[in-house]
Amino acid sequence: MTEPVVRVSQLHKSFGDNEVLKGIDLDVTRGEVVVIFGRSGSGKSTLLRCINFLEEPTSGTIEVGGVRLEPGPRTHRQREAIRSVRIKAGMVFQEFNLFPHLTVLENVIEAPVTVKGQDRAHSVAVAEELLAQVGLADKRDEHPIRLSGGQKQRVAIARALAMEPEVMMFDEPTSALDPELISEVLSVMRSLATETQMTMMVVTHEMGFAREVATSMAFFHEGLIVEQGPPGQVIADPQHAQTKRFLEAVL
Amino acid sequence: MRERLEQWSADIPFKVKLGMVWGVIALIVVFLFSLADFDVQWMLDHLWFIAQGLPWTIIICGLAIILAVTLALFGALGRLSNSAVAQGVTGFYTSFFRGTPLIVQMFLIFLALPQLAPPNLPGLRDSLTLTALQAGVIALGLNYGAYMTEIFRAGIQSVGHGQVEAAEALGMTYRQRMRRIVLPQAIRLIIPPTGNEFIAMLKDSALISLLGSVVAQMEIFRRAQLVGRADFRPLEAFVVAAALYWILTTIFQVFQAKLEQRLSTGYVRTLRVSTQPGVELVESEPA
Ligand SMILES: Nc1ncnc2c1ncn2[C@@H]1O[C@H](COP(=O)(O)OP(=O)(O)OP(=O)(O)O)[C@@H](O)[C@H]1O
Ligand SMILES: [Mg+2]
Repeated sequence: MTEPVVRVSQLHKSFGDNEVLKGIDLDVTRGEVVVIFGRSGSGKSTLLRCINFLEEPTSGTIEVGGVRLEPGPRTHRQREAIRSVRIKAGMVFQEFNLFPHLTVLENVIEAPVTVKGQDRAHSVAVAEELLAQVGLADKRDEHPIRLSGGQKQRVAIARALAMEPEVMMFDEPTSALDPELISEVLSVMRSLATETQMTMMVVTHEMGFAREVATSMAFFHEGLIVEQGPPGQVIADPQHAQTKRFLEAVL
Repeated sequence: MRERLEQWSADIPFKVKLGMVWGVIALIVVFLFSLADFDVQWMLDHLWFIAQGLPWTIIICGLAIILAVTLALFGALGRLSNSAVAQGVTGFYTSFFRGTPLIVQMFLIFLALPQLAPPNLPGLRDSLTLTALQAGVIALGLNYGAYMTEIFRAGIQSVGHGQVEAAEALGMTYRQRMRRIVLPQAIRLIIPPTGNEFIAMLKDSALISLLGSVVAQMEIFRRAQLVGRADFRPLEAFVVAAALYWILTTIFQVFQAKLEQRLSTGYVRTLRVSTQPGVELVESEPA
């Protein structure tokens, strides 16, 4: 229970001279839903992308489900460690990034079959369950191009869940959606948190969702987490002047 | 007068006019040939002999394009990789084979390759001694592979970075990513220009005749040279060869156009106005 699923310690990341993350420490325990928010450019995406090494941190350590990663040359062992972290940490992108040449079902079973070597029939059965869970059972044979944005994002969630991750990371999952499609994605995420107790890290500015679902909120400012606490406290009584100002702007 | 002519011309459909122009050109060509004491009967008599080179031309190009596609794939992956070895090797390969004439490459492979074997290893020397056809296929494959590396590179790069990241985030290895995600999407951009390269290769395969080849394996141009020289009818022989190449490339061009059309309509988004929200984007049906 006390052992965190994700542990980020002293994470630094620079792009050239631009130091984007300035020493992030963050623990996420099992079943927790951490909402990360803050101004554009404050480094929220970079944090998530460093956790699964889509971006190589400059220094610091990442630990996901007991696998420890530090930046270093991509030796065979390093590559395998990165891959096992990626399998444990599912990721949902703002732009969905579904595979357009595959059907919805094929999108969902691709990684379980190819990466985990799972039996295809079993993967299909699991995928059908997941598609039902996100409300898209009837779309299994469509190609992504035929789906609305909200449907695409729900498929992307099912695709990530099919790997049975220990934590799901969402990078502004509703920012690319038309307003009327946002709620269908949020409600899938909500039931993921409440019904299956999925551990989640969610970058979002949907404060309604945060208030309702988050166990903890972390406010990012210029590459640092300047404030973290339960939503009731952070939203109602922000301690930091920057948090206060940001919340006034979005609420 | 001029006014009348323009009036008259405006009434004729464009396609008819185009056909008339082709017809006139054909008449002029026939007239010029008739001046040159042209032996049509000889051409008809030897058409079959020269046309027997057709299957060889196609086989040569078929094998060479397979080699070229393979080399282009690895060439492109090498150029896009961040390994110094892969970039160095593929950079050298494309630079050499694009920077030297095809005919020179053919002779190098045909004549120089056996010389590489040390004299005390006659077995190796024998296996490096290629027939004209083998040398021709390898040279065509290497040369076209070098040019097609760019086609493959552009195709692979056209697949969005988001696709690669999504595959990476799912834990796919480089090979899995390429095989399952990137190449299947790149292929639709790679196939049409590869068809063009194949058509160009049909013509370049005539160069193999310069290496000489055994009678049983002669492609179109070598056959034309042979009978033309034997009967002192080189012009007639080359006209037959030209006609055969022309027919061949025209047939493949038709295929090519069909294929291209198919590939371009498959994924294309056509914007259709819809009263239902969320279904504005509809994939158009493949032709
Ligand atoms: N690949 C990159 N190369 C160079 N700079 C980058 C790169 N990725 C991000 N940055 C820079 O890092 C900073 C933080 O970017 P990041 O995407 O993490 O911000 P964010 O908090 O997610 O913002 P947003 O709300 O706009 O998504 C920005 O200044 C951005 O320009
Ligand atoms: Mg971001």
